[in-house]
Amino acid sequence: MPVTRSQAVLNGERLALTRTLSQVENNTPEGNQILEELFPHTGNAHLIGVTGAPGTGKSTLVNQLVFHYRHPPEETKLPTVAVVAVDPSSPFSGGALLGDRVRMQDLAGDPGVFVRSMASRGSLGGLASTTAGLVQVFDAAGFDIILIETVGAGQAEVEIASLAHTTIVVEAPGLGDEIQTFKAGILEIADILVVNKADKPGADNALRALRNMLSLAQPEKGVVMHHGKTMSVEQAPANNAESDQKWVPPVLPTTATNGDGVAELIEQITAHQQHLKTSGGWILREQARLKNEVGNLLQEALHKHWNSSIPPADYEKVLDQVVCRQISPRRAVEKLIKGAGL
Amino acid sequence: MGDSQTKIRVLIAKAGLDGHDRGAKVVARALRDAGMEVIYTGLRQTPEMITEAALQEDVQVVGLSILSGAHMTLVPKVIKMLQTQGLTNVKLFLGGIIPDEDKSELTKLGVDGIFGPGTSTQLIIEDIRKACQ
Repeated sequence: MPVTRSQAVLNGERLALTRTLSQVENNTPEGNQILEELFPHTGNAHLIGVTGAPGTGKSTLVNQLVFHYRHPPEETKLPTVAVVAVDPSSPFSGGALLGDRVRMQDLAGDPGVFVRSMASRGSLGGLASTTAGLVQVFDAAGFDIILIETVGAGQAEVEIASLAHTTIVVEAPGLGDEIQTFKAGILEIADILVVNKADKPGADNALRALRNMLSLAQPEKGVVMHHGKTMSVEQAPANNAESDQKWVPPVLPTTATNGDGVAELIEQITAHQQHLKTSGGWILREQARLKNEVGNLLQEALHKHWNSSIPPADYEKVLDQVVCRQISPRRAVEKLIKGAGL
Repeated sequence: MGDSQTKIRVLIAKAGLDGHDRGAKVVARALRDAGMEVIYTGLRQTPEMITEAALQEDVQVVGLSILSGAHMTLVPKVIKMLQTQGLTNVKLFLGGIIPDEDKSELTKLGVDGIFGPGTSTQLIIEDIRKACQ
């Protein structure tokens, strides 16, 4: 009996793996069929997200992380590592320049590492719509650790938190004052905060600002320094149902260009994984992760179904009515949904 | 959203030891603007690194930029390694300084196109599109 494509992926054949990744990325029927067959074999990898603003050094840090995983200080079982690196697609041409590999030269020639670049193809949350699918393929193929690098993210690209088990948010010195750290969004999703380029001036300020932000956000610690004195603060009631709420995100300095601080970062990643496993947070995150994926796919499928059941001419007609201010956009949506028989 | 979409994926690599990547970057940018997904590897790539990247990225096209004069050493190695990895469908294009007397031999080896200085990016885009049909 010939080996099927999905069996070849499970056997770790690289050519089958790379072709499958393309099928899944292109959302082809064949790709979806293989995903179907691979799904029961997923759920073993530790998914680590790396996000942060453009130019903070995410790719260089990922390069160092993978290198450290593959060259541990003492003899341990070497984990295999996959990297999914997402870069933005052009909103005008649809093309993309995927340059994350430039920073990952140290990983060349290592058969335990697989680096795949992908373009965001119009998705806005920092990932591509098929990134979760690619991660599942790597997971089924037996990679122990999967690093997912998002597009350079600003403040609101937080989709990675619903895909990864452990989310690392990378900052760099000089990206803004303390007020930036109070804003909602990307800093909230961090399980681990990294100030990269720690050899640059201003790194201490960035570290301090982030630690201050966290000490206010984690009132259960209860004690803060004020005018040189320690003061206890009344505890705010917990409003987070997730049972891993007691994990306080560490703030770590790294210099990814020479590897300083990367060993400590790996220690924290491992500690976070263990924390999730012992606190039950792992299962909660798995549930949230899969729920999110089903939700996304459902939305996509509904949109597709709607798209195919409404004649394009009707759509144009309703749009024209909105442009002429005859009906409001909300009324137009009502009409369009009724017109599609949904 | 939700529909299958295929893009031409191209690997642009600087093979060998010369550090002049202006041309490679111009081509990468032009292909991006033509709607392709371009994976740029950076400088000083060995044939092993180029083949590994082509495999991991599942590209249809590899574009090598060589200005060092080492093309008759590097290109046959890349072609052989691509075949060994089972990447027999990958199209190979060359750019940079390739003397006329070497072109026929390179074409015989399996190079799909050679773009010297002064080639318009439009021609490169068209040739790549044709090769990927």
